[in-house]
Amino acid sequence: MKLWKPAIRHGFMILFSLVMVYPVIWWIGASLKSNSEMSSPNIFPADPVWSNFTSGWTAIPGRSFTDFYLNTFGLEAAVLLATLVSTTLVAFGFGRLDFPLKKFWFSLLMLTLMLPGQVLIIPQYAMFHQMGWVNTYLPFIVPHMLATGAGGTFFVFLLVQFIRGLPKELDESAKIDGCSWFGIYWRIVMPLTKPAIVTVMIFCFLWNWDDFLGHLLYINSVDKYTVGLALRMINDSQAGMQWGQLLAMSLVSILPATLVFMFLQKYFVEGIATTGIKG
Amino acid sequence: MNHSSAIKTMKTTAGPGGRTAYLKRWDAPVAGYLFIAPWLIGFFWLTAYPMLLSLYYSFTDYTLMQPVSWTGLHNYSKIFTADAKFVKSVQVTFMYVAASVPLKLIAALLVAVILNKAVKGISAYRTAIYFPSLIGGSIAVSLLWRNIFGIDGFFNKILASFGLEGSSWITNPNTALSSLILLTVWQFGSSMVIFLAGLKQIPADLYEASSVDGANRWFQFFKITLPMLSPTLYFNLIMGVINAFQMFTSAYVITNGGPMNSTNVYALYLYEQAFSRYHLGYASALAWVMLVIIVIISLLIAGTSKYWVFYESDTGGGRK
Repeated sequence: MKLWKPAIRHGFMILFSLVMVYPVIWWIGASLKSNSEMSSPNIFPADPVWSNFTSGWTAIPGRSFTDFYLNTFGLEAAVLLATLVSTTLVAFGFGRLDFPLKKFWFSLLMLTLMLPGQVLIIPQYAMFHQMGWVNTYLPFIVPHMLATGAGGTFFVFLLVQFIRGLPKELDESAKIDGCSWFGIYWRIVMPLTKPAIVTVMIFCFLWNWDDFLGHLLYINSVDKYTVGLALRMINDSQAGMQWGQLLAMSLVSILPATLVFMFLQKYFVEGIATTGIKG
Repeated sequence: MNHSSAIKTMKTTAGPGGRTAYLKRWDAPVAGYLFIAPWLIGFFWLTAYPMLLSLYYSFTDYTLMQPVSWTGLHNYSKIFTADAKFVKSVQVTFMYVAASVPLKLIAALLVAVILNKAVKGISAYRTAIYFPSLIGGSIAVSLLWRNIFGIDGFFNKILASFGLEGSSWITNPNTALSSLILLTVWQFGSSMVIFLAGLKQIPADLYEASSVDGANRWFQFFKITLPMLSPTLYFNLIMGVINAFQMFTSAYVITNGGPMNSTNVYALYLYEQAFSRYHLGYASALAWVMLVIIVIISLLIAGTSKYWVFYESDTGGGRK
């Protein structure tokens, strides 16, 4: 009686987990298929077409995915740095300092968390267009410098929650020792906030990787394309669609997120669980 | 006196200790505003001002190229009286939200409850179930979905193995939206992780006490688990609805709104008006209509919350 119940539960969970990852398994198989074999019911092809990966890599004439990955990683690096600086400064201000109207500003910040981004897309586009920022990476980097880019306010909220949990006695003793506010931020709070910062960096990376609408709006020329835009270009341009190549390149494009997840899993679970972040 | 010399003077008057002493002289109020300055600038420049700008555009025929001219309520009256595509996109979006959000939450809740019991191997299951949430928002997965639900796709292969004749799901107006809903529900893992964390917070003595009183599993689920989890559920419901209203990537990549506008969700229609036709004034009005719809629905959900969301402090005295 006691033994078979957990067995059923595990059996169900194993089956269910398989169903969940099945599309991905099929994806791996399909990325090795030729167009003619694409409709066969086998998961893995009899004749794996490894060249899907090499020819897919250079499927866009004159460019290769090397360029698109360099572009995307460059954009990500700038956005991550901007987020790191801006969100920690703002979170320290809200989490540690007292100033007039603090509650008011913080509730305003919480309110913008719920604001649907669609309302801001058109006016922001008009503003950035006027400033000549279209077809540059500035519409991504500058908002992140001001803690308002994709997920920026979410990150501030997450960090504030974390910083509030740190013992305040540390600040007090540092203050007595003559440490400035910036010193407390830099030497005491920042090192202790590392786990939350890692979580922020992870989600900032992922959300910007998947910010397809933003890339679609602001990046026009192929030499600045991100990986996502390159995938869309292959998808749109090919008359005789090479599904194998497209799926192979798509599969490669989820590799960074997968690797980040594999190596930093513990931060994921903590980050999602403590703030209710959407993954 | 220019800027740098002003700073120099301040530094020297700060006396020994130089820069540190000079920073220390600032009181916390000033320091507080300096620390939150990036967000304050961002808020006024990239949130508050654009919102007003968008409200203004919604009363104009703004096209990005020509000078703006005021058209009063024309955009709004056109939306509500002469735009069949708007009506269709609202219907499609409501269907999408009404199906995907509850299905996702129910799946997340049920699997979290099961997983919470199966202690051994929990992290392996959690990884497998969370993985779709990790990658699901990407254009890559949308492309995969297009392939899976296409005419020769793997979904029809499965149907065929059960002896069912499948059609191309994404080119059939009756099924296209379902394949997008399925893609969203497939990503229930992130909500599940949140619920798992919530389940861990429920004190075990509640279950023990009710077991002693002879309560069965179902009773415990409805009388303990669900009420204790209801604040988490509530938060996820609101955020889920807000996010679902903005669904864009998968509708754009998998079906591009078709066939016959059956997947032309609101965000996609807004994008089409704004950036394919450059009707930015009209699209701004659409955005404000969307905002009002979302606010009303959030308030409705918030209004029902007092009937089903349970906060421990409500009856905190009772448990002691």
